[in-house]
Amino acid sequence: MLRRDVLVGVGALVGHKASAATMPWLSPDLPDGTRTEAHLVQVPGKQPLIQLSDRPPNLETPVQAFRTAITPNDQFFVRYHLAGIPDAKKLDGWKLEIGGDAAERSVAFGMQQLNDLPQTEIIAVCQCSGNRRGLCQPHVPGVEWGYGAMGCATWHGPMLRDVLKSAGIKPEAVEIWLNGVDEPVLAATPAFHKSLPLARALADETIVATSMNGAPLPLLNGFPARLIVPGWTSTYWMKHLSNITISSKPIDNFWMTKAYRVPAGMFPVADPFTTQNNAQTWPITGMVVNSLIASPIAGEQVDRSGFTIRGVAWDRGNGIARVDVSLDGGNSWQGALLDRELGRFAFRTFRLATGPLPRGTAELRVRATSDSKETQPDAWKVNPAGYHNNVPQRLTVTVV
Amino acid sequence: MNRPLVRFLLLACCVISPAAAQRAPLPPGPGKDVVEAGCATCHSLSYIPMNSRFLTPEVWKAEVTKMRTAFGAPIDDDAANAIIAYLVANFGAPSK
Ligand code: HEC
Repeated sequence: MLRRDVLVGVGALVGHKASAATMPWLSPDLPDGTRTEAHLVQVPGKQPLIQLSDRPPNLETPVQAFRTAITPNDQFFVRYHLAGIPDAKKLDGWKLEIGGDAAERSVAFGMQQLNDLPQTEIIAVCQCSGNRRGLCQPHVPGVEWGYGAMGCATWHGPMLRDVLKSAGIKPEAVEIWLNGVDEPVLAATPAFHKSLPLARALADETIVATSMNGAPLPLLNGFPARLIVPGWTSTYWMKHLSNITISSKPIDNFWMTKAYRVPAGMFPVADPFTTQNNAQTWPITGMVVNSLIASPIAGEQVDRSGFTIRGVAWDRGNGIARVDVSLDGGNSWQGALLDRELGRFAFRTFRLATGPLPRGTAELRVRATSDSKETQPDAWKVNPAGYHNNVPQRLTVTVV
Repeated sequence: MNRPLVRFLLLACCVISPAAAQRAPLPPGPGKDVVEAGCATCHSLSYIPMNSRFLTPEVWKAEVTKMRTAFGAPIDDDAANAIIAYLVANFGAPSK
């Protein structure tokens, strides 16, 4: 019997579309309950991903996928808050509407009109604010992501700026409000609305992506159009983007004023989101510098004659200055070789060929430093929602 | 493929790696039915075991309150108390 058959069979038994398989490489630092709950599932259009919940779908990319700078569409992670997610039928006849009290007029774009605007392309990392929440010490409640609530793709489409200009931006505009087609199950739950400060919305790199890695966006990654806000965490990267409001007022919605916030001043902020700041907390914005080893993976057997360590590093667009790797649990570090940069918002791949190693276990760690001289801290800066966890990854391999 | 074989394979995989287990049903205990009735409307119950076992009774209480006040979960006080007791007993941080 083929192994494939086994996987399909197990999936059928529990009512999933496909597979459950072992993940010995899942981090031991995740909560026990998460390790039991998480399993590999193959949903339509995707390779097997680590499912943390099926309704709404929260699917994480296995670390093995991060051996290249571009994450394939069928391995790209999936994150939804609300279970009312659109299917292809609901998106039939989709339009993007732009209006608001600080817009000169209301306009609507179909796919053809978006394609008629000047097009731009950018390679950028899309990372959930809560990536690595499950690895936080102490643990905090939320979706308990491991390392894979992120990906990097080539995004293509018109600049948001050009879309906004077609509606006309009045001088009193302060924020751009965003809404997508997904919706809550119960009307009492706040819909997932977000906003951007005007300056960020007008930036060159902020685009309305209509394609991802040269193909239409996968349904679960925001088809037919998704906002791309390079450098900022993906909470702002509205999927199934359907309504844009050019507003003279800050948005007042749970997902902006209560969720996705960090203690004021705890993390570096390049372009502050002042209309949403209060004395205690600020909205999460730019990503912190981070890195990941994707090969070897935890628990793998490696050769004592030496092996190659590969992975990715990224930050919010300052660029990666160096990546250091430790083979002895952080006692000593060596600089890795950086591959060419695909853009300041992209994953930067790195590699390090080790020398010979003594047999036994080796604890690998990785730490990136950005061009703005920020580096990964030894301890996570504790914040209630579990954001910005960039403690150097550690994994154990067996040298044989 | 026949069922017993599948079941065998499922078991085998669980023995090899607990991390691969399929989502287990909620453990039996007082309040389980209230949790199943009240906590699966907006999202799957997986949100509960995923968040275990590290939440103190206070935090589980705060989570249930958040579901009611921030997200509008239609749960009355009696049901909320039964749910909190069940979550603390079955999914709470082990007491020190
Ligand atoms: C009215 C809808 C609704 C109901 C009913 C509901 N929840 Fe939630 N719950 C949510 C939403 C929305 C989230 C955020 C989901 C996300 O971010 O993925 C959430 C998230 C959670 C989380 C993750 C931690 C967090 O705060 O984000 C836990 C744990 C949770 N719910 C437990 C429960 C329990 C226990 C119940 C039963 C008392 C319940 N939920 C009932 C809407 C609901």
